[in-house]
Amino acid sequence: MPMDEVAIDHHDSHDHKPGFFTRWLFSTNHKDIGTLYLIFALIAGVVGYTLSGLIRWELAEPGIGVMTQFVAGEGDVAIQNAKHFYNTVITYHGLIMIFFMVMPALIGGFGNWFVPLMIGAPDMAFPRMNNISFWLTVAAFVLACISMTVPGGPGDGFGGGWVLYPPLSSTTGHPGPAMDVLILSLHTAGIASILGAINFIVTILNMRAPGMTMHKMPLFAWGVLITAVLLLLSLPVLAAALTMLLTDRNFGSQFFAPAGGGDPIMFQHLFWFFGHPEVYIMILPAFGIVSHIVSTFSKKPIFGYLGMAYAMVSIGVIGFVVWAHHMYTVGMDVDLKAYFVAATMVIAVPTGIKIFSWIATMWGGSIDFTVPMLWAIGFIFLFTVGGVTGVVLANAGIDHALHDTYYVVAHFHYVLSLGAVFGLFAGWYYWFEKMFGIKYNGMIGGLHFWLMFIGSNVLFFPQHFLGLQGMPRRYIDYADGFATWHMWSSIGYAITLVATLIFFVGLVEAMIRRRKGEANPWGEGATTLEWTLPSPPPFHQFNELPHVSNKGGH
Amino acid sequence: MRHLIAALCAAVMAGPALAFVPQDGALGFQPAATRIAERIHTFHHFVLIIIVLITLLVLGLLMWIILRHNRKANPVPKKFSHNTLIEIIWTVVPALILVAIASQSFPNLYYQDVVPNLQQITDKSDAMIADGKTAQHERFAKDYFPEAAEKGFVNVKAQGNQWNWTYTYPDLIDDSGYPLEFVSNPVHVGISTDGDNYAGATGRTDFASKPKNLAVDYPMVIPEDRFVRYYTAAADVIHSWTVPAFGVKTDAVPGRLNEGWFLVEEPGIYYGQCSELCGVNHAFMPIEVRVVSQAQFDSWAEFMLAGDYEAAYATVDVFASTEQATQFAAKQ
Repeated sequence: MPMDEVAIDHHDSHDHKPGFFTRWLFSTNHKDIGTLYLIFALIAGVVGYTLSGLIRWELAEPGIGVMTQFVAGEGDVAIQNAKHFYNTVITYHGLIMIFFMVMPALIGGFGNWFVPLMIGAPDMAFPRMNNISFWLTVAAFVLACISMTVPGGPGDGFGGGWVLYPPLSSTTGHPGPAMDVLILSLHTAGIASILGAINFIVTILNMRAPGMTMHKMPLFAWGVLITAVLLLLSLPVLAAALTMLLTDRNFGSQFFAPAGGGDPIMFQHLFWFFGHPEVYIMILPAFGIVSHIVSTFSKKPIFGYLGMAYAMVSIGVIGFVVWAHHMYTVGMDVDLKAYFVAATMVIAVPTGIKIFSWIATMWGGSIDFTVPMLWAIGFIFLFTVGGVTGVVLANAGIDHALHDTYYVVAHFHYVLSLGAVFGLFAGWYYWFEKMFGIKYNGMIGGLHFWLMFIGSNVLFFPQHFLGLQGMPRRYIDYADGFATWHMWSSIGYAITLVATLIFFVGLVEAMIRRRKGEANPWGEGATTLEWTLPSPPPFHQFNELPHVSNKGGH
Repeated sequence: MRHLIAALCAAVMAGPALAFVPQDGALGFQPAATRIAERIHTFHHFVLIIIVLITLLVLGLLMWIILRHNRKANPVPKKFSHNTLIEIIWTVVPALILVAIASQSFPNLYYQDVVPNLQQITDKSDAMIADGKTAQHERFAKDYFPEAAEKGFVNVKAQGNQWNWTYTYPDLIDDSGYPLEFVSNPVHVGISTDGDNYAGATGRTDFASKPKNLAVDYPMVIPEDRFVRYYTAAADVIHSWTVPAFGVKTDAVPGRLNEGWFLVEEPGIYYGQCSELCGVNHAFMPIEVRVVSQAQFDSWAEFMLAGDYEAAYATVDVFASTEQATQFAAKQ
């Protein structure tokens, strides 16, 4: 809805911010909590990214020679320890990036910041619960870090992959307490996310400004709403699986132990019933962000708004009935596989609608190639590449050859590391000025984008070739025939490392220069409510609710 | 690459290891050694063409937009936000493309996933010949090998252990009535004593020629041109048995007995690597399958049942003829 149709309540003056500890530790303000989530995600992201650096460093050349420097012992003892250390590194890289970087940044960070602003609400529905959600996430991260340092069994930490499959994650594979601490960590993170999800659902359903019907709601709010519903429905299933694993490990139950009549595959079904919606949980908020950026800088309304919203709804719904495509090789009945093939391919239709609608939004536009727009266009292309390899993998017949190879690694990094993360950086640059009241340096931001774009493609594209040639995942060492593409992949990582350093340079530069931000730096294309407020917005906004005109629409 | 050439030269001259190993810098699949893999590759290339075209379409549209719909080229943005026709098109056309993919996907899936009924194959083949449907029979034979079907299955069970494979041949019974069962240990586990350990355990001197992280001491051996029905099981945690050149991958799950099938026409040495994270030595429990002539297989089985593993190994360490070896090298 255009700005002039909105009654705004400016009240920058009476801004009484509480003292430091009250403000940041006991915060109930959605913008402060959003900022806390972003800082937290940055820290966790650095940890997760460092772990991926260790992986690429080790795999740059055949042989085991890097991980040995981080473990006890000399010679062959060090190599033996390094093998377990490598497994823990890949495990915690995945868990940290998913639970403590992408989710907190997209949902906790941008969701907290901009859902209330975009729907014209003064704050979240349950501000104190919001605080609990954040600090439980921090506690969960601390527990995950502790879990890395306590005995797992073969060595410190849990080295069974982020999917936590038993019996490797039961006492058979990891008798030590690391897995128990990790279960506690994921339970805590799960509770935090469920509370956050309830908060978002209640806020979005009940606190939209007068006149803002569901079908006038900004797409980012739609994305977060659907994400929150997916979290609410899928996380309890993960919690159930984790609890059963915990009792298997500690109280002698046999849910996943075949000797006692249990079934390890049942864990996989429960895990992926959560795990597949989880991948949409990570990408749907990014879909919303990209929609706004594309519309803003094309200076055009979003093409096919309703189609965009309901494409996300259908992705969310179908996302719940495709989980076993992660398990084609476990020994499922062939008819069951055929069903999951069909259901999985259906998801390509709403995803295609989104891609083409973004293109149609830009078509006929008057595009400004600002930094967030670069990231958004990059997102659209890279997500397409990751999406089409998803169609390849959806076919169980092909997946039998590619399952658990680097082809899969390339696929999900294209949709997550190059999809969700590009969406995340797009949102960061889009809202940077709004959140912090200062301008970023466009040249540094552009450099960050181009290096990241080139680097992550050099990093992940060759992994398709490795996978086709048969390179299995989660390997510390490989046959000589895989050496060339592994080396290129590591070179790509080095390029992204430079890009990441430039990102921090840009952040520090903006903090030092403190160029004063404008309320709306993006001009006529920026039509959502957050741009009607000053940058940064006042501590409490919309004391008098904005009214959204009925004339508007998309 | 250098390794591979060296290995090939040695193979052609001396007649030992001829192998399907991963090729450095390769862009696609390893060469197909089974009809299953062939069909996977054909289907994959079909899907690959579609996805490349889609990606190029999106890239082309983006480039066009970047060049023609930017602020300089188009200062006044248009305001449209709906076009029902185009929305219907980009919903229906992708759906039709998916139907086209599915029409290939399902026959492929059922072909590789359902262990064939050999009696039915023989009956069908006989019926086709009796009816004089030669063209149809030729197509049928390409997928279902009626000549091999008459010989029945070779059954092998692969049990995953931390960190090696135990192979059991339920049809090869020794004098005491026990089936042939042996452990297939990795040659390389990434440590400095790998060579000594291998030489010590087997008394062999060919460590240097063993492809790194792929070779085992006692490989799984199967005869050429025979239906192989394999079963997977696991002793401790989940493993996954795979040979990329065969196009098969089946998890080995504790408490379950999974099955699959393949038929290899070309003799050779084929490698795979455990494909489900199974702990510390996950990267070091390779799979080596030697496909040999029926005569070689029979003499290998005899030595194995007699407990003379090294003599058995010697029978499958060379190809039946130099001609075979040359053909094999050419295929690489």
